[in-house]
Amino acid sequence: MSQPSMINRYRWYELLAIYAGIFVFLSFILAPFVEGFLVSLKPLGRLFSSPYRFWPENGSFEAYRTMWVSVPGFARYIFNSFFISIIVTAVVLALVVPAAYAFARFKFRGSGALLAAFLAVNMFSGAVLLIPLFRLMRSFGVLNTYFAMIVPGVAFLIPSAIWLLRTYMMRIPRELDEAAFVDGASRFYTLRRVILPIAMPGITVVAITTFIGSYAQQFIFALTFNSKTEYMPLPVGLFAYFGRQEVVWNELMAASFVGIAPAVIVIFFLQRYLVSGLTAGAVKQ
Amino acid sequence: MSVRRSTIIFAWILLLPAALYVTVIVAYPLVDTFILSFTDASLKKTTNWVGTANYNKIFNGTFAEVILRTFVWTAFSVAIKMLIGTFGAVMLNAAVPGRALFRVLTMPPWIVPMAIGIFMWGWMYNGQFGMISGLLQNWGLVDGPVAFLAHGSTAFWATIITDVWIGVPLVTLYLLASMQAIPQDLYEAAWTDGAGRFYRFRRITLPLLVPSMITMSMLSLIATFNSFDIIWILTQGGPNGDTTTMIIDTYRTAIGSKKYGEGAARAVLICIFLSIFCVAYFRVTHRLASGESR
Repeated sequence: MSQPSMINRYRWYELLAIYAGIFVFLSFILAPFVEGFLVSLKPLGRLFSSPYRFWPENGSFEAYRTMWVSVPGFARYIFNSFFISIIVTAVVLALVVPAAYAFARFKFRGSGALLAAFLAVNMFSGAVLLIPLFRLMRSFGVLNTYFAMIVPGVAFLIPSAIWLLRTYMMRIPRELDEAAFVDGASRFYTLRRVILPIAMPGITVVAITTFIGSYAQQFIFALTFNSKTEYMPLPVGLFAYFGRQEVVWNELMAASFVGIAPAVIVIFFLQRYLVSGLTAGAVKQ
Repeated sequence: MSVRRSTIIFAWILLLPAALYVTVIVAYPLVDTFILSFTDASLKKTTNWVGTANYNKIFNGTFAEVILRTFVWTAFSVAIKMLIGTFGAVMLNAAVPGRALFRVLTMPPWIVPMAIGIFMWGWMYNGQFGMISGLLQNWGLVDGPVAFLAHGSTAFWATIITDVWIGVPLVTLYLLASMQAIPQDLYEAAWTDGAGRFYRFRRITLPLLVPSMITMSMLSLIATFNSFDIIWILTQGGPNGDTTTMIIDTYRTAIGSKKYGEGAARAVLICIFLSIFCVAYFRVTHRLASGESR
């Protein structure tokens, strides 16, 4: 990797082609964000003027101030999103860490089928099971509470978390468990004091991907199981900018960027973990 | 108690909480959906058995059209995701300055709350003020404004493109990871033998990437088949039902019209399709894995 080998040297036209390709690719990925950001800078009156202008005239960050005024509950929506995601992540980890360890270490009759059953959960999105889930949440009496979004959210994030963590734990040498066992440590003690510390990087990756997954996918349960404004997470809360007459687009976009900020910060600081989390599943299938 | 037996008990204790949770929140609703689909459950107090009436209604109605549309929508979306994702992975795999940054810039659509990305696309598709229609007009490619979400055929493609946009980062990063797992000595050996860059790509990278591409397209197929947020936020299945997929139709029937029984019958059909995909996925990955070890 470190030695600058001849094999990776490009001619100038090859470099040009690669950068052109990357430019086209990233344009597709980033275009909505560029457009969204420019919209957030345009005054509302200017937004609805033809002909179309790409760059904002009289652009300002005014919308980033007024968005808090026109939807006073916005800070609450961001808090709700964070709160729901943190609780979901904590519950997922509590359920998944022991399960992943069991799948990584012990072979018993039915363990393969059980793992397959867990993975099959991934195939059904919440949307398909919405009707019975709605009835279930109603009979638990948790409709229009945080739980209505947390409880189903957890279930659909369990499978990939188990898969990811199991892959990681299979790489921890078995000798470690056996040595602890021979020394007379109980199984729970071994898991808590020997395995958990070593598996911490893997658990961190799972925690991050679960948090991101939960933060990004709060829409359908929040839309269907909760109608109380004070519990709404960001994706549903943003609909508050859809006024009766018109959508306040510049504020909607400004609010979107404020809502995105936490995720962007996470990407920049933790992208190494994210990529390694993904590769863990990709490389060792 | 034997060591073996206590080990199994220990394993089950570890698994039980997660297994119970998923049973209550996923497995039970699956069974409940199946039972509901044979009833006329709604907001009414009483619920009656109606046999297969819900299913008959589905097959006599326009649902066949919805099924067909769902498959076409899914097929195009997955195919375009794989094409763009592979292209992106190949580009990002090149050892050029800045590639670490480019890789980070690929992630936003995947990581940002889905609804937010969809709102931005909604604005871009706007005929009067959106970027796409605006730029097309400025460049003289179209005469007047094009309201992409207002017409059936353009709305159909617009929802596909947004779905592609959300799915591409995962495909790209997954394939990139698989590419980087290909042993470097293969390339060096080929290079020593005088093989050019394109030849090395065609003869080493591509063949070794095929298993990952198959795995990813099947995972993508399942996720895309379940896609709800994008269509719901952009068009709610309109105009004139031209973007109504099975999931959207189920949501409308069950949650919109409160016809739980009829909605459940639709959900059961979706589950049957998903199960077929699921079995196919396990079969294919199993075959790929055993092919590798041979």
